[in-house]
Amino acid sequence: MAGAHTQQMDASTAWGGGTSPFKVSYGKLMMWFFLVSDGLTFGGLLCALGFAKFANPEWAASWPMGEEVFTHIPFTHMPAPLIYVAFMTFILIVSSVTMVLAVEAGHRMDKKGVIKWLMLTVVGGLIFLGSQVWEWSTFIAGPDGNLSTWHDNTTLQHNCYGGVYEVVGEHEHMHTEITSYGPTLYANFFFFITGFHGFHVFTGVLFNLLVLRNVVRGVYHRRGHYEMVEKVGLYWHFVDLVWVFVFTFFYLV
Amino acid sequence: MSAAAHTDHGHHHKESFITKYIFSQDHKMIGKQFLVTAIFMACVAVILSILFRIQLGWPGESSGVLSFFLGDTWAPNGILHRGMYLGLVTIHGTIMVFFVLTGGLSGTFSNLLIPLQCGARDMASGLLNMISYWLFFISSVLMLYSLFIETGPASAGWTIYPPLSVYEETIQGSGAGMTLWLLSMTIFVASSLLGSLNYIVTVLNLRTKGMKMTRLPLTIWAFFVTAVLGVLSFPVLVSCVVLLLMDRTLGTSFYVNDAIVGSEILEQSGGSPILFEHLFWFLGHPEVYIVLLPALGLTSEIVANNSRKPIFGYRAMIGSILAIGFLSFIVWGHHMFITGMNPFLGGVFVFTTLLIAIPSAVKAFNYLTTLWKGNIRFTPAMLFSIGLVSSFVTGGITGIILADSALDIQVHDTYFVVAHFHVVMGLSAIFGMFAGVYHWFPKMYGRMMNSKLGMVHFWLTFISAYGVFFPMHFVGIGGAPRRYYDYSVYEGFDSNQYGMMVDLNVIISVFAVIAAISQLIFLFNFFYSIRRGQVATQNPWKGNSLEWTTPVEHVHGNWPGAIPEVHRWPYDYSKPGMEEDFVLQTVPVKDGEEEH
Repeated sequence: MAGAHTQQMDASTAWGGGTSPFKVSYGKLMMWFFLVSDGLTFGGLLCALGFAKFANPEWAASWPMGEEVFTHIPFTHMPAPLIYVAFMTFILIVSSVTMVLAVEAGHRMDKKGVIKWLMLTVVGGLIFLGSQVWEWSTFIAGPDGNLSTWHDNTTLQHNCYGGVYEVVGEHEHMHTEITSYGPTLYANFFFFITGFHGFHVFTGVLFNLLVLRNVVRGVYHRRGHYEMVEKVGLYWHFVDLVWVFVFTFFYLV
Repeated sequence: MSAAAHTDHGHHHKESFITKYIFSQDHKMIGKQFLVTAIFMACVAVILSILFRIQLGWPGESSGVLSFFLGDTWAPNGILHRGMYLGLVTIHGTIMVFFVLTGGLSGTFSNLLIPLQCGARDMASGLLNMISYWLFFISSVLMLYSLFIETGPASAGWTIYPPLSVYEETIQGSGAGMTLWLLSMTIFVASSLLGSLNYIVTVLNLRTKGMKMTRLPLTIWAFFVTAVLGVLSFPVLVSCVVLLLMDRTLGTSFYVNDAIVGSEILEQSGGSPILFEHLFWFLGHPEVYIVLLPALGLTSEIVANNSRKPIFGYRAMIGSILAIGFLSFIVWGHHMFITGMNPFLGGVFVFTTLLIAIPSAVKAFNYLTTLWKGNIRFTPAMLFSIGLVSSFVTGGITGIILADSALDIQVHDTYFVVAHFHVVMGLSAIFGMFAGVYHWFPKMYGRMMNSKLGMVHFWLTFISAYGVFFPMHFVGIGGAPRRYYDYSVYEGFDSNQYGMMVDLNVIISVFAVIAAISQLIFLFNFFYSIRRGQVATQNPWKGNSLEWTTPVEHVHGNWPGAIPEVHRWPYDYSKPGMEEDFVLQTVPVKDGEEEH
């Protein structure tokens, strides 16, 4: 029952014999368990979102609909529900594809290929983050099509049960009424969960850059395998997968 | 990053003081660091408990002890400040649950025993292991620091229910102390996560040749399942705690709704404190087993070893550990029966909670049947293990009462609950921890602890622990709510009831002081034996598992030569046809010999 069929990644792996039930190195296994754990953090947050929405039947009815809230594309005033976020999602998924290609190039010990695809992954991540910055600053749209940011709205008189927001304009006599998009809790959760996800994307980009630096320096080439690329790849795919859920629960449902 | 550095044994460079004792990546040293930190934290927590026990036993009376520890700020004229009373209760609970029985117990023994009993040179990642300890250290320091700030430590109880924990305006303790608590716990979770990941992959990937999962000592099984529970439940605590931080600092309202403090309506609205309870107890209940399972694992090993008999029902033990682990995730609602939960849903939680009694009973009976007709050696470790079985059964029985949603309404948030969880998880886990320290002390420090002092320590601890927690059940049934500073101010109690509570509280407080003082025996024994204890032999308890094949003097990489190969399970005690009453796991199975 010796470890004949177990893959020895390299001589320095601390392998004492026996059989690994999953036939992977400890590092990859560790990453998998970490992802399970992190998945539960997001699970907790999304359950909290569901709880907040459905605990009170009044809110469940007035809870904002994604296609009414996210209707804008930068530099235009044309109503385009969910188009922008679809673009963000597309970018993130494409960056997952480039990550797969980087890992695949690593298996072939193709250093140049790894550099190319990893670099594109980093670029994809950065585009996503940039898009999120824009979305964050503009996510509530006034009824007249002018973008009004959440920040501007801090002076609003608000009612937690949704309804009408009243804004006092620059000229004190002017009152503009804009429709609010449901309970403040919606915004609380939106910023927190997408922010938490964005933080993950940010760290993912950081890890990718660190690994990219090592790839360029030839560290993994000398080591004889590109497992590190695979590990950050796992993390990157996870971040992607989480986005699919965040997207579903905030934008589609 | 990998354990590679440790595997190149034979010619590692000389270590400096710093790399050997402070930033050590060696699992044995990290285990000892966890243990000593936990002992320190436990001393603090015990002192805190004595302080609030003085108030409960002799309410409103002036005490020199209080003014000595708390000074004029928190104990003017030696009378405990009301806000500080809550702070003491909160920090006592937090330190005991997280820093002593989670970080201390798992951190010490998982680190020490997983590589030794699995037959590995070290943990999978020594670096992450070291980081795990130092994060634990930082979070301990933050928690202790919060005791010394002007507004006092967090005071909303160790369960920090909002809205009390959200608004600074409500109590002093919900100010900076609460923020520190939350930060400290977040760091603690990071530490626990790194530790657990390491334990899991080490058990799965780094077992020596021949060490099948079904040949692992039950300690390792318990640590393994504990680590899995930690990886699955602590992240939910992170979401819970971070949302609370947001509520406190950024003005979100996840957990609060339409609060009025001092006739002023607060900004935040829309959230629900019940949400907090769901998230918190989704961690909170597995946490009970994170605390308990390692203690049960240690006990399994010690009971078998000192009965000189194979553990009864090895596979049933594994099965019950796994069953407890699984069930612990679907019972959290039993903490929330009176939150307005749908009675039908409450019924479901009653059912799942009662189910836990089955694997728990399997374990308790397996201990008893292992003891049955054994050739028992009463070492301090064995006494504490039997003590654990006792408190596990006692606390388990009151657990059945609390699991029942109809009965729970009567005793919810009374001292009955306090008594229950102190017996079943506090005492059991701390007894398991003491047992582990007495049993594996020779492995940690190469010397033996004094056995006579250990016995005295056990009997004093055991008697006074029951002396503290047994009367507490009656206080609870009498209706005394937990976390009250003084019952005399509430007119709801009639004079008989009130008189009983006062009398019982005096008894409890006296026993608490005795219990605390008798821990000095342990402290003396522990630190004296590190220097002056009798030098240990390689296998002082005649155990079977791999840690007793390593040299007494610690070496990096654990075994000076090749890693031993394993040929049998670790419970071949008193096997017929063998020369001695124990057979090391490394001894090959003879021709014609049956494998257990």
